Amino acid sequence: MIALTRRYHFPAAHVLASPRLSAEENSRTYGKCANPAGHGHDYALEVTVAGPVDARSGRILPRERLDALVGERVLARFGHRMLNEDPAFRERVPTAENICAVIHDELAGPIGGAGARLVRVRLEETRRNAFSLGELR
Amino acid sequence: MAEVRLTRAIDFSTSLRYWNPALSPAENQRLFGAKASQHGHNYRLEVTLRGEPDARTGMVMDLKDLQAILDREIMARFDHRDLNRDTPYFEKEPPTPENLVQVIRRLLVAALPPGWLDHLRLQEDPDTWVEWIEPAEERGR
Repeated sequence: MIALTRRYHFPAAHVLASPRLSAEENSRTYGKCANPAGHGHDYALEVTVAGPVDARSGRILPRERLDALVGERVLARFGHRMLNEDPAFRERVPTAENICAVIHDELAGPIGGAGARLVRVRLEETRRNAFSLGELR
Repeated sequence: MAEVRLTRAIDFSTSLRYWNPALSPAENQRLFGAKASQHGHNYRLEVTLRGEPDARTGMVMDLKDLQAILDREIMARFDHRDLNRDTPYFEKEPPTPENLVQVIRRLLVAALPPGWLDHLRLQEDPDTWVEWIEPAEERGR
């Protein structure tokens, strides 16, 4: 199997707090990440796609196509934004785990429509923590 | 003993252009944009082998021997060369990383003991890489 990965970057703000919990419970659960004023990260996102290599172009998916999909569906939507204000995070706390899942759901359909398969989404929240969804093997 | 994976990395620099000789210059331009022009990359190749460590040496493969194979099969063919003009592999297809990693896979499968090659990761630039992963159903063949 041949897989292609592209790496992207977007800065975003969030508050880790559940609307279902009290301020005190949020503070106990999420610590300083529950600061109501928010905080932010430079997220690095790796998107891995697999599929047959097109004989004419020698590519699984044209880079420009993948970049445009990720640009429209992820970078423009979440970059330089307050994640908690996004409809996807009204009911879900914007933890990196949940951000990974939302990005995976957002990209799987259009990448499938372009003739490839989304196999993995990997999100680095800081240089010290990373989250991924999907297996290469 | 259980099988262990071993990864060795090499770096090579080449020039290339994405170019499908079966297509007209205008079609190549349309398909590949700026990449249809002559350019170059510092590639990083990570080669992962899988095997049982030898009972006497404790090694899956002596890294000196692996490096000698990588020097002969990869470095001598590609480092400071032009992929389109100095190698025979891209006369019918463009040297995209998807195609280059498959050429490298064929060269290394032929040079290594059967079934040892497990994974290849070929990085074209800091934000782009391709991987070849052995399909689970072909393992051990």
